Order: sequence, then structure tokens, then C-alpha cells
Amino acid sequence: MKLIFEKGVKGRRGVKLPECDVPVKFDIPRNFHRANDAELPEVSELEVVRHYTELSRRNFGVDNNFYPLGSCTMKYNPKIDEEVCRYKGFTELHPLLPQLRHGGMLTQGALEVIYNTERLLSEITGMAEFTMQPLAGAHGELTGTMIIAAYHRDKGNKKTKIVVPDSSHGTNPASAAICGYSIVSVPSNSEGMIDYDAFVKAIDSETAAVMLTCPNTLGLFEPEIKKLAQKVHEVDGLMYCDGANMNAILGKVRPGDIGFDLMHINLHKTFATPHGGGGPGAGPVGVVEKLRKFLPISLVVKRNDGTYALDYDRPSSIGFIAPFYGNFGIILRAYCYILMLGKEGLARVSENAVLNANYIKEKLKKYYQVAHDPIACMHECVFSSVKQNKNGVHTLDIAKRLIDYGFHPPTIYFPLIVKEAIMIEPTETESKETLDAFIETMIKISQESESEPETVKSAPKTTPVSRLDEVAAAKDMDLRF
Amino acid sequence: MPYISNTEKQQQEMLDAIGVKSVEDLFKPVPKDFAPASFRIPKGKSEIEVRQHLHALASKNATGLTCFLGGGFYDHFIPSAVDALVSRSEFYTAYTPYQPEISQGVLQAIYEYQTAICRLTGMDISNASIYDGGTALYEAAMMAARITKRKKIIVCEGVSLIYRTMLRSYTKNLYLNFVEVPVSPNGTADREKIFREIDKDTAAVILQNPNFFGCIDDFSDIAQKAHSAGALAVCSVYPISLGLLKPPSEMGMDIVTGEGQSLGLPLSFGGPYFGFLATTKQHVRQMPGRVVGRTHDKEGRQGFVFTLQTREQHIRREKATSNICTNSTLNTIAATIYLSLIGKNGLKEVAALCANKAGYACQKLTRIKNVKKKFAAPFFNEFVVELPIDANNAVSALIDKGFAPGLPLGRFYKGMDNCMLVAVTEKRTKEEIGHLKEALEGVLKDE
Repeated sequence: MKLIFEKGVKGRRGVKLPECDVPVKFDIPRNFHRANDAELPEVSELEVVRHYTELSRRNFGVDNNFYPLGSCTMKYNPKIDEEVCRYKGFTELHPLLPQLRHGGMLTQGALEVIYNTERLLSEITGMAEFTMQPLAGAHGELTGTMIIAAYHRDKGNKKTKIVVPDSSHGTNPASAAICGYSIVSVPSNSEGMIDYDAFVKAIDSETAAVMLTCPNTLGLFEPEIKKLAQKVHEVDGLMYCDGANMNAILGKVRPGDIGFDLMHINLHKTFATPHGGGGPGAGPVGVVEKLRKFLPISLVVKRNDGTYALDYDRPSSIGFIAPFYGNFGIILRAYCYILMLGKEGLARVSENAVLNANYIKEKLKKYYQVAHDPIACMHECVFSSVKQNKNGVHTLDIAKRLIDYGFHPPTIYFPLIVKEAIMIEPTETESKETLDAFIETMIKISQESESEPETVKSAPKTTPVSRLDEVAAAKDMDLRF
Repeated sequence: MPYISNTEKQQQEMLDAIGVKSVEDLFKPVPKDFAPASFRIPKGKSEIEVRQHLHALASKNATGLTCFLGGGFYDHFIPSAVDALVSRSEFYTAYTPYQPEISQGVLQAIYEYQTAICRLTGMDISNASIYDGGTALYEAAMMAARITKRKKIIVCEGVSLIYRTMLRSYTKNLYLNFVEVPVSPNGTADREKIFREIDKDTAAVILQNPNFFGCIDDFSDIAQKAHSAGALAVCSVYPISLGLLKPPSEMGMDIVTGEGQSLGLPLSFGGPYFGFLATTKQHVRQMPGRVVGRTHDKEGRQGFVFTLQTREQHIRREKATSNICTNSTLNTIAATIYLSLIGKNGLKEVAALCANKAGYACQKLTRIKNVKKKFAAPFFNEFVVELPIDANNAVSALIDKGFAPGLPLGRFYKGMDNCMLVAVTEKRTKEEIGHLKEALEGVLKDE
């Protein structure tokens, strides 16, 4: 398919602009002007519409079919959220309005949305307060690490290390390293859990924090968190919770109750805001009481008279980490989602997410090796394709074959500690019929890997392109037209 | 229950298949004493109720003010086709394209986006986006520190005050040495002061064009000076202005960043937006974030994949060039659609309309007695006027008359209590500008 830059003809226009109605021509000296035009497309509106409609047809979203991408929580994105965030009262609101005198009064509705969402998230997680500013999960982690650093600076603690399990998301060590901490990676035990003794051994007076994903990245719940938190607190370290998997424990466990001091939540996972093909998301960070004063500037507060305002007077704060008040449009969608579900609904979300994952685990475990088989997994289950490997069929091949059958593949080769990992997260929004169809297909592919391994290895065959040459891509570095 | 598909009967069938009695059994790995201390969340609402509630909240916001407020975020025209196309749920309900065979739509769109950013800025290579213009600038500072292995970052005060406060917070935690240099009296970068600061510890000089006061500059001499000291030159740009103004590549910039909001995204109270980051071929391996490359399959068909991933966190973990993972893909698709619709000639026209109307507004406002243009330097679509009264007072009075007239600068800059930053886009009309002039005149008369 051609690029938009290869379409159109010279002089064609996509948009009609108004004629200039002022009697002034700008007064900018020639030497500041652009000598050559930026070579943008010259296409009609219809060409643009057809081009991007065709591109959308070469893409796969949750609205197309089952998207069991583990760790990413590809649940259904409710349409009401998309409608509400397009209300003019929100889209046309300039973010600098509250900076004008009495300007906060011009944006009361928006501030109330942020305030209410913050309160709801605090109650859901057991934290004292959230900053809604972080613009993505990894940005939340960076914010969290800056709060950890500020806490220790404030107390005069000499801290140099952050301890993570080897099953953690790559963003955890990457975020911690940016803030100047060295990373201590602790191997998990054979059950896929943190090795409690090894962890305790890794903790010493220079431990700034421990970062854990809860439930962990294998979809398992770590029962020793409270005990571990105690050890970490004994050396005045902090417990950071990567809340990427919060969708498994809504109404069941609150990180703030079990020893975590701060956490981030991915609104685009647990709270159903769309993933947008890779963003924009949002990664609010919640903290316990003792860390509140370090939260970024500004925070939305409710005054005694019931109005909302922005609090900038925060001398101990880590400062500004985002231009304004967070990804407002995303916060708004998450707010609607929480309102729709309510207390009951949130608990049902986690129950059904866990039920669906366990159902898949149970139905597939005869065919694929389960990475770790405890009593029950949480919202996702991890398999390994080692059984299928004997005819040269690998996890990548199984993933590609699923595409031929109309499914989005699960997450593959993560967590890194599981050989040939296949990580399946069905989410609560999927029906039993969909799960059954997927299970049947997975079983069929397992059989194919015996009977016709070449078919599996050469998949997919049904897509506009087959497997692409990634080595050539890295070598040629053709990154623009 | 909304959005949950399985009926109770089905749930029971599934529990039977698993071999447990109830869902509670599945939560057995969670110790009993982990139960929530409280969970005070209101009861769920219907779609009708949620819509009513959000309508009520939206109407508590003041819209309908005639907008002359800018400061890096502008009320530009957005063609209807932009939202119609990004509302295709094949785009917005997808995730990061890990499976290229079924993600060619997003991958090709990102490649087109990278192309558009390169053509706008004149740079060799663009990444797939950062969260916003401020985080893009912070990533650029980090990138410069990595490339030069130096720690001093010089920032011209012409750079957005929002971005400078963000840079200050980040660098405080990242142990970089952050030096801010005031602008010269005419509103542009102060060469003498910047040159004095450039030394062998300098990683980067960070500039902005047009700067926060709207003033236009040509930073070629500063880039040259930075290079001769082994430092990099970094510039944040306003993409719409590049329809008219000299691209940063021609000034010798090494890294170019900017806020993408003006390219087809609503103001939406501060986000979501996206930031762009572009650089030269030489530095591509130190670039943060994702990047898409063009390649082919076995049959020789063209296709697109994420590439150069060995820089990234999911492979390199703590040794990655950045911790960024998710960026702002959907918004970059919106920007690419916007730039395609506006096109080569349209972008020039939008830029010229902005500059003409801003020129006219400046002329009109400074005809009012005791209202002066603050800086002598030429400007693009934003300028500072100095009023005979505190700008905060003027702005409050003008809000009551239906305008968001501009940003008072006293809170942010010493000695600028009477100054107001006024922005004009292609959406403003001669009539609206005339009304603003009359309204301001009235306010000043009443004082």
C-alpha cells in the first residue's frame, strides 16, 4: 500500500481555509523565513479518508476480536467514555484558564472531574492521595521514583539501591536507573514468586525501595508482601507497587492496606481507557500519608465552600512533572467507567477477570505446559510452548498461527524468566463462547505443531504482509520517506 | 453488570470446569487478612445518569470565551475528518503494534508521522512520539547528557516557563546542573550571557523558537558556539510556525522537540497531547522511545516494524536510553491526518493567517493609549503587550466581557506585572480582534 506522501497531485487541497480578513501582512524579515516548503502531502479530503480507512482495515483492535495480550489488559473500551470526552465543555477548555485571576472558577467542572477521580482511586487502592498528572504508566514509575528520592533526601537517608524481582516489567529498572539508583535484581523461586529469603538478604540500610508488581507479572498473588514490607520498613525503605495488574484485585485487596507506600495505576488497563495503538494513557501515582507532601505540583483541592482549586503552595513537592493536570481526556474516561461500574461492578470486574483466566488455564493445561501451577492464577495465566518445541515450533509460530484464526496473539516471551512464554490475559469483558473458541484454536494449533509444523511455522498467511524482515529493518534504518 | 458478558449460569459452568465451588475459591492465594479496610465506592450508575452527570459538569466550565490565550497551547482549526478517522476503533482499541502482520495500519501511520515531522523540522529522524512537549524536551536534555557525557544544561529563559519548571524538577532528581539565562531586552536569546555559560562541561544549550514571548530568532550562531565547545544545540519549536519559519535543521540543531497539540488536537484542559523528538542520523542510537522502520516480507511486500529496539527498556531494562514505553500513538495519527488534510500549501496559509492576524491585533491593541508592545523582536502569532495597569485586573475584567484575552505574566516573570501574552490563530476574525480592542479600551478607561 502506498504512503500518503506518494498520493495526490501538485496543487490538490484537502481543506479550504478562510480568506485573510485583516488589512495587515505580517512583518517578519526574510532571513527568518523558510526557503523551501515543508513537503507535506497534496491530497483531497476523500483521499485522506480512504487512505486512513484502508490503514485502519490493516489493524486489529479489541473491537475486532479477542485480544488476550497478557499484562496489557485489552478489555472492552465503553463507547459512552468516547462520547463524554468529546463534550465541548471539556474539549474547548484551555489548560491555562486556571492561571488567570479567578480562572479556577471557569473550570470548576473539569477540576471536579479530577478531584472526584482522585478520591475514587484513593479509596480503591487504600492510598491517602493521588497525583493525576503522570501521562503514562512508565511516567508514573518515574514520578514514583522521584518521590522515593525526595523522601530519602528529606530524611537525610543515604540510599543507593532499588530492589526488583527478575520477573518485573522492564520499565521498573529503567525508571529507577534514571533517578540514579542502582538496581538489585532478585531471582524468583521455582513457583514464580518472589524468593522471600533472597529478597530479605538483598535488603540493607542502603535500600531506597522495593518495587513489586501486585499481582506479579506471572499473574500470581504474592502472599508474603506484608512480611516483606515490614523488613523494608525496618531499614526505612519504601514499598512501591506497580499497579499494572490492579484489575485483578479491585475490591479484594488494597495495596495501601498491605504495606505498600506508593503505587501507580495504568488507567488504560484497569479502567478501560483505550490503548490508542500505543498511547496516550495515564499513570496516576498514589501515596500514603507520609509521602503526600512530595506529590507533584499542582493538586486539585476542595475548598470549604464546595468549590475546587489548584494548590501550588507545596514547598516539599518534587515539582512539575507534566505541563498541566494530567491527560485530562483519559482521566475523564476512567471517571465515567468507575461511575458506571460502582462498588459492586468493580468487584465483579476482578472476579470475572480471574475466573476467565483460570478457565483458560484449566482448559489448556493438558496441551501446553503451565509455567507455574499454583492453586489458582489471578487475571492472567502463563504457559510455555516447550512441549510444542520438539518439531521446531516455537512460541512465535503459535502466536502467528493464531492470527490466521482471527485472534490477536497473547503476549509472548514475557516474563523473561519463563522459557518460550505465552502470557494470556482474557479480561472480564469476554464471554465464555469467545474463550471456548480461543481454547479450541489453541488446541488445534498444538495438534498442528505435531501434524503439520510447517503450516504453523510459516503463519500467518491471511494478512496483507507475512512475517517481516526485522534484521533488514535494523540494518537499513529506513525510518522516513 | 455493564461490560461483563458471562451470565451467572455461564460463570457456574466455568467454575465447574475449573473444579471449584465459587469465585471466592479462586481468590484463595490472597491471605484472609489482606481484605480491604474499606471500599466506599458509590453504587454503579446507568448510562443515562452518567451522561447527565457529565453534561452538568461540562456545563460548569466556561466555554464560548473568545480565545486569545496561547502560551504554547492554541485554539487552532481542526478539520472534521481528523476526529472521524481517529475514531475508527481499529486504531483506538489497538495496543502498541507488537504483531506487525495485523498492525500495519498503525505502523504505517507512525512511519508517515515520522516522515511528516522530519519534513517539517528538516531533521533526519523522528521517533514515534513522547508524552508531550515538556517531557520531549526533558528526554532531549537527557539524550544530550548521554551523548556528551556531560552534566551542564543551559536553558534560555525564552523557553516555555512550563517546560523550564518541568526541566528543573527532573534535573533536580537526575543530578544535572541546570543553568537558566535571561532573555535580552528585545525579547530574544541573550548571546553574550549564553556564550559566557558555554564551557567544557556543557551538554546542551536549550532554546525555543518562537520563544515563550512569541519572539522569532535564528539560533545558528548559538548552535555553532555550542558545537565548538563539544555541546549540543536543542530547540523546542511550534510546528504550525514551520509553515513559514526557517526550520531548526538549518540553524544547526542536533535535537528538535515540540508540542504536537496544534496539529489537530483539542485543548482538552491539558491533554492528552503528544511531544515530538527529532534528531540527526548521527545520534539515532541515543534517541529515546520507539521508532518504526520500513522493511519487507519474504514475498518482497513492503511492511513496517518497530526497529532499533535494543535501545529500549523491555530489552535493555536499567541500561535503556529511556524508560518510555507507551507514547501517544493515537494523537500522532491525528497529527498525521491533520498535516495530510492541511497539506503543503495549507500549512503555509495557516501560518500566514496566524501571523497576519497577530500583526493586526498587535497594531490594534497598541493603538490604545498607553498600551505598548513589550519587545522589539519580530513575532509569529503571539506577542506581549504592556498595559498601564496590572494585567491581572485587565484580564479579570475582560473575562467578564467574554474574552480569554491572554496570559498575565507577572506571576511568572519579575517586573512584568503589567504584561500580557496575546495569541492569535487562524480562527480569530477581524471582528473579534476589533471587539477585544474595544473591550480593553473600555476596561482601561474605567480604571
